[in-house]
Amino acid sequence: MNSLGIFITIGTFYLFSKIYEKRKTFYLNPVLLSIITIALFLHITEIKYETYMESAQILSFLLGPAVVSLAIPLYKQRGIIKAYSKQIFFGIVFGGALAILSAFYVAKILGGTPEVLLSIAPKSITTAIAIGVSEKIGGIPALTAVLVILTGILGNAVGIEILNISKVKDKVARGLAMGVTSHGLGTARIILDDELSGAVSGLAMALNGIFTSLILPYLIKFLK
Amino acid sequence: MYKGLTIVFGFLFIGEGISELLHLPIPGNVIGMILLTLALISKLIDISDVEREAEFFIKNMSVMFIPPGVGVIAYWGLIKAQLIPIFVALVVSFALTLVLTAKFVEILSGGEK
Repeated sequence: MNSLGIFITIGTFYLFSKIYEKRKTFYLNPVLLSIITIALFLHITEIKYETYMESAQILSFLLGPAVVSLAIPLYKQRGIIKAYSKQIFFGIVFGGALAILSAFYVAKILGGTPEVLLSIAPKSITTAIAIGVSEKIGGIPALTAVLVILTGILGNAVGIEILNISKVKDKVARGLAMGVTSHGLGTARIILDDELSGAVSGLAMALNGIFTSLILPYLIKFLK
Repeated sequence: MYKGLTIVFGFLFIGEGISELLHLPIPGNVIGMILLTLALISKLIDISDVEREAEFFIKNMSVMFIPPGVGVIAYWGLIKAQLIPIFVALVVSFALTLVLTAKFVEILSGGEK
């Protein structure tokens, strides 16, 4: 049963990706649906998570090289960083810090346990980096992964509408806010709206991943 | 293909090494990403040597989130008990960050004109 994990992960993802290709709506997110389906499958069949992970962990190991690879889009977009350096720099410091602090304090006020607070703090950065950060600060990486995906789905579903209601017209501002808040899934949505917003959003996602992973471990000591 | 993979895994290895040796709380893969970006900017590494391999990893990133995500089943009890703080914090923080960051950057842009 060595290959069980990798088989059901790839197989389930393949199926949900096919459905998503036909109907690109936010609630058909193939990653989230795969997680729910596999979790239910393991629960019903009483197969242990460890048995599943025997081979499935090969896939999560690849997150390491995937994060390193994010250097390529970052390098390719360096022209945009130069053109909007002020908005990008201050926007990421402001938005990145706000994403962490608002999640941490709202959860704390409502009685969140320390491990929940630490798991939710990196929710606005790209999943690959968030999992590593959560692990480093003492959160629950699995919970972080799901919360990050849910944040991305929110951005994908209602991000543009919220920006419109708030009457934000500036394309750089729209892209930056979306990338800082809702990472990859938010970027995927706003790129359909406007090319410049999409490029800024993708950059903001990568830079906020770096910013959050650099400051969060130190910020957490202070917050605790 | 092996040149590109050597670069990607090489920077991952260097990043992890730095993270461990210096006891940094920053994930090694993020350090590797920063160093590779700097190596590309300084022309130490040519983009064409690593582009194809790196884009393969990025394109297929989604499937890699599934195994860690499935791990939530082990925390089902905790999630059920903390449903309100988790989901209210998620939604409130999402809306606040999106709107305030957009407004903040718009003011920054306006100041320039």
